[in-house]
Amino acid sequence: MSINEEPTKLKPTDYASDQEVRWCPGCGDYAILNAVKKTLADKQAKKENTVFVSGIGCSSRLPYYMATYGFHTIHGRAPAFAAGIKITNPELDVWVITGDGDALSIGGNHFIHLLRKNLNCQVLLFNNEIYGLTKGQASPASRTGTISPSTPGGSLEAPISACELALSSGGTFIARGVDTAIKQLVPTLSKAQEHLGTSLVEIYQNCIVYNDDVFKSFTDKSVALEKQIHLEHGEPMLFGENNKKGLSINKDYSGLEVIDLELNEKDISRVLIHDYTNKTIANLLTQMDQNSMPVALGIIYCVEKPTLDQYYTEKLNKHKNEISNIMEKGQTWTI
Amino acid sequence: MDGNSSEIEKNNIEENWSTTVRFAGDSGDGMQLTGGRLTFEAAISGMGLATFPDYPAEIRAPAGTTFGVSSFQVRFGEGLIASSGDHADILVAMNPAALKVNIKEVLPGGLLILDSSSFNDRGIKKAGYEENPMENNSLAGLQIISADISNLTIEAVKEFGLGNKDGLRCRNMWTLGLILWLFTKEISETVDWLENKFGKDSILTKANVAALNAGHTYAENSEISSDILRKVVPKSTPKKGKWRAITGAESLAFGLATGAIKSKLNMTLCSYPITPASPIMHYLANYELKGISIYQAEDEIAACCSAIGVSYAGGLGVTSSSGPGISLKTEAIGLAVSVELPLIIINSQRAGPSTGLPTRAEQSDLMQAIYGRHGEAPLVVLAPKSPSDCFEIAQKAIYISIKYMTPVMILSDAYLTNASEPWLIPDISKIKDNSVSFGEYHENYMPFERNPDTLARKWVKPGTKGMEHRIGGLEKDSISGNISYDPENHQKMTNLRAKKIQNIQKEFNKIEIIGPDKGDLLVIGWGSTNGPISEARELLTNKGYTISHSQISCLWPISDSLKVIASKFKSVIVIEMNDGQLFNLLKVDTIPNAKSLTQVSGKPFRVSHLIDEFKNIIELGN
Ligand code: SF4
Repeated sequence: MSINEEPTKLKPTDYASDQEVRWCPGCGDYAILNAVKKTLADKQAKKENTVFVSGIGCSSRLPYYMATYGFHTIHGRAPAFAAGIKITNPELDVWVITGDGDALSIGGNHFIHLLRKNLNCQVLLFNNEIYGLTKGQASPASRTGTISPSTPGGSLEAPISACELALSSGGTFIARGVDTAIKQLVPTLSKAQEHLGTSLVEIYQNCIVYNDDVFKSFTDKSVALEKQIHLEHGEPMLFGENNKKGLSINKDYSGLEVIDLELNEKDISRVLIHDYTNKTIANLLTQMDQNSMPVALGIIYCVEKPTLDQYYTEKLNKHKNEISNIMEKGQTWTI
Repeated sequence: MDGNSSEIEKNNIEENWSTTVRFAGDSGDGMQLTGGRLTFEAAISGMGLATFPDYPAEIRAPAGTTFGVSSFQVRFGEGLIASSGDHADILVAMNPAALKVNIKEVLPGGLLILDSSSFNDRGIKKAGYEENPMENNSLAGLQIISADISNLTIEAVKEFGLGNKDGLRCRNMWTLGLILWLFTKEISETVDWLENKFGKDSILTKANVAALNAGHTYAENSEISSDILRKVVPKSTPKKGKWRAITGAESLAFGLATGAIKSKLNMTLCSYPITPASPIMHYLANYELKGISIYQAEDEIAACCSAIGVSYAGGLGVTSSSGPGISLKTEAIGLAVSVELPLIIINSQRAGPSTGLPTRAEQSDLMQAIYGRHGEAPLVVLAPKSPSDCFEIAQKAIYISIKYMTPVMILSDAYLTNASEPWLIPDISKIKDNSVSFGEYHENYMPFERNPDTLARKWVKPGTKGMEHRIGGLEKDSISGNISYDPENHQKMTNLRAKKIQNIQKEFNKIEIIGPDKGDLLVIGWGSTNGPISEARELLTNKGYTISHSQISCLWPISDSLKVIASKFKSVIVIEMNDGQLFNLLKVDTIPNAKSLTQVSGKPFRVSHLIDEFKNIIELGN
C-alpha cells in the first residue's frame, strides 16, 4: 500500500467528526455512539453514503459527532426528512436518530407512518423515559407516577410502548437493546442495517441527570441474567442463570409466563422457540410486565415486505413521458 | 335583494364586444363539461377568453338545494379578455336552486335558459322559493327561454334504450346544442369530441349526439328573438402556433416540471390533500414525466419536511398547499431558510381565517409568506398574475431557489388555480438550460462558504466522497457551519441571510408598467387581480384617461425602484383581496401616500367596481 492511498480499513474512530461531544458525562448516549461507530466500522460502511438524520433532543445531537453526512432537523420530523432523502437517493444508508419525546410524542404521526410505509432505513430510538434537553419533564414513555418538573405530584398517564406501537403500525423489524450492552447492541444494529425496510431499534438509555437508574431493575449486573431475555431466531426462549428459565404461553393464552426448568426439566418442551416472523408472539413479548417478567431484547420481530423506496424507484423508472408531449395532449387548436 | 337583478347597473363605459355565459346546476348536471365545450368552440375561433368554475365546498350536496349548486362561467370576445366577467349575459339554470343562486349575477336584459320541468312544486320549494319565480314578476326585464329540457332530452335519446335516469344525463348536451346555435356554431366539433371520448359506435355517443342535435334543432325552430343572437366575429389576431386552454394548476405543474427538467434535477412534489391546492399534485401524478414524481405525505408538516429531504439529497423538493397547510409547514420552512437549501412552496391561497371558504380566493397570506416564521427568516415570495403566468413564475422560482440556495414561495390563489385561459404551447427546446452544478470534492470544504456574487453556499449532496458534513437548525458558524453560539456570528448570519434575499432584486428586470411611466394614477396589484385591473385600465384608457398599471411579481424582496416609479404619479392605489397587506407594507417607506382598495368576499374584483374607483381618483384628483 502506497503512503498516499487511503487506509483501506476504517476504524470506529474514523467515523467520529472533529466536534467535541457535548452530552453530560456518564450519559448513556456515549455508549450508543460507540456502538454505532463500531457497527459502521464492522461493515466498513462508506462515510459518504451514510446519512444520520435526527429530530430534536439530546439523542438528536448524534449526527454532529459522526464523520458522515448528517442532518439535524426539527422536533419529531426526522422520519419525514428521511423519506424525502431515500426516495431521491435510495442508495444512501439512512439512520434516523430519535428519542422517546421526539418519536412518540411530537413526532408520533411520522413515526407510525414511517413504519407503515416501510422506508428502508434504521430508526434508533433512544428511550430514556424523560425529556432530557428541556430539563426533565415526563415523557409519553415515562412510567405512571413519574415525578418531574411538569408532574410534581407524579404523572397520571400510562406510558406508551414504542415496540408495541411499531408492531401495530406495520413495522417490519423491531428490536431492543440496552445502551451499555454494546456486545449485544452492535449485532442488533448490524441486523437492523441489513434489513430491507424500516428497522426500529429501541435502546434503553440511561439519563444520568434526570432519570438515573430508571432501567436499573433489569439492567443492573446483579439482576441482568434473571431480568433480561436475549432473543435469537430459531432458539428456545431461555434466560436466567444457566438458562434455567424459559418463556411459554400461559394457560388461558392471554400472555407469556415464565417456566422454571429447575422445578421440572421436562417443561422444556413447553418453552417457545423464537420465530421472529410470528407477530402474535412478538406482541406478547413487547407487552411483558417488567416487574414480573424479563425484558425482551434483541430482534423481536422481522419480516420482509416491499419498501417505500423500492416502490418509488420502480414507479419512477416507469415514468417515460416528455413534457412537450404532455402539454399537447388533449384539446388543442392551431392558429 | 334575493331573486332580483335590478341592483346591477350597466357601466356607461363602452366595452369591446364580449359575452359571458354562466352554466349552473347540480354537481351531477355536467355544467363544467358543457362550459368547457363552449370554451373550446370560442377558442378555436381565435377569441380571447377566460373561464371560472365555481363549486361548493361540499362534494355532493343534496340535489336541488342552493348549497349544491355549482357553476362554470366563460367569457369570450374580442380585445383583452383577462377576467371571467363581472356579470353573466346568459345564464343557463338547470333547476330553481341554480336560478336562485345565480340570478344576481345576470345583467338586466340578459338571457335566461331554464329547464321548465324542474320548476315544479318540489323543486321550487327545495330551492327555498316561496312561489314559482317564472310566474311572479321577479324575472322582469330578462329574456327567458324556458323549455322542457328534461322531457325533450328523454324523448330524443329514447331510441337508444336509455332509461329516464341515464337519458336525463344527456340534458347538458341538449342545452349545449341550443347554446351553440345561439352563437351560430355547428355541432360537428362536439360530435367529433364525443366520438373520441366514448367511441364512435357507443350508445353513449349516439345518445349524446341525439340530445345535442335536438337542442340545436329546437333553437332553430323556436322563436328566439333576433336580438338575442349575437354572432361571433372575432377580431383579435392571436399569435400563430398551437394553442390549448390551461388552468393555473396545470400551468404551475407544467412550469415546475419544465424548471426541473431544465435544471437537470429529479423533482418530487411532496404534498397532502387540501382544497384548492390538490389539482397540482393530481396533474403531476398523472403526467408520469421522466424524473418527476409526487409523494403524498402523512400530513402537511411531513410534506414540507420530505420536500426539504428531497433537496438535501440532491433533488428538487416542492411542497404545495393552501393556508391551513402552509401554517403547519412554517417551522420546516424556517429550517430550509437556516440550512439554505432549495425548496419551492406553493400556496394556493383561499379565504381565511381558519378553514374559511376553502373554494374561494383571497390574497390574505401575503404577510404570512413574507414574515410568517419565527426568527428572522427571509425568503423569496413570487406571485403569478394569470394562469399562463404560473408557467413562467414556477420556472423563475426554481431558477432562483437553486441559484441562491433559498426557499421560494409562490402565492397563487383559488381563482388562479381553477381559472383557465388560452395558452400558446411553448417550444420547450427553446427554453434555456439551467443545469445545476453540485459541489464536487475539494480540499478544505467549508459548508457555509459563499459565492461572493450570490451569497449562496454550495449544494453538496450526500454521496459525494470527501465532502461529508453536518447541517442543522442550530445557528452555525458563518464559514465552517459548525454549531456556533457566538453572538457576533449570529448577527453576521442574520445579516447575510437578509442580504442574500435582498440581492435577488437583481433577478427581476425593471418593474413592468403598462401605460405611461408618469401621470395621474398608478394602479399596483399582485396575483390574480391582474385580470380585472388590466381590463379596467384598458377601458379607461380608451376613454382618454391616463392610467398606468403595475402587477408586482416579486413581492419579496420588494424592488427598491418601486419607490422611484411611484413618485412619478399623482396618485397610487394598491388593489388586493385582503385587508390591505401589500398596502401596509409599501406604506412604511416605499409609497407613504398610497391608497388602498381591498375586497375580502372570496370573489374576484368586478371590472366595473375598479373603473368607478379609478375614475373617482383621477377626476377628483385624490
Ligand atoms: S440530559 Fe440526560 S439524556 Fe441528555 S445528555 Fe444529559 S444525561 Fe444524557
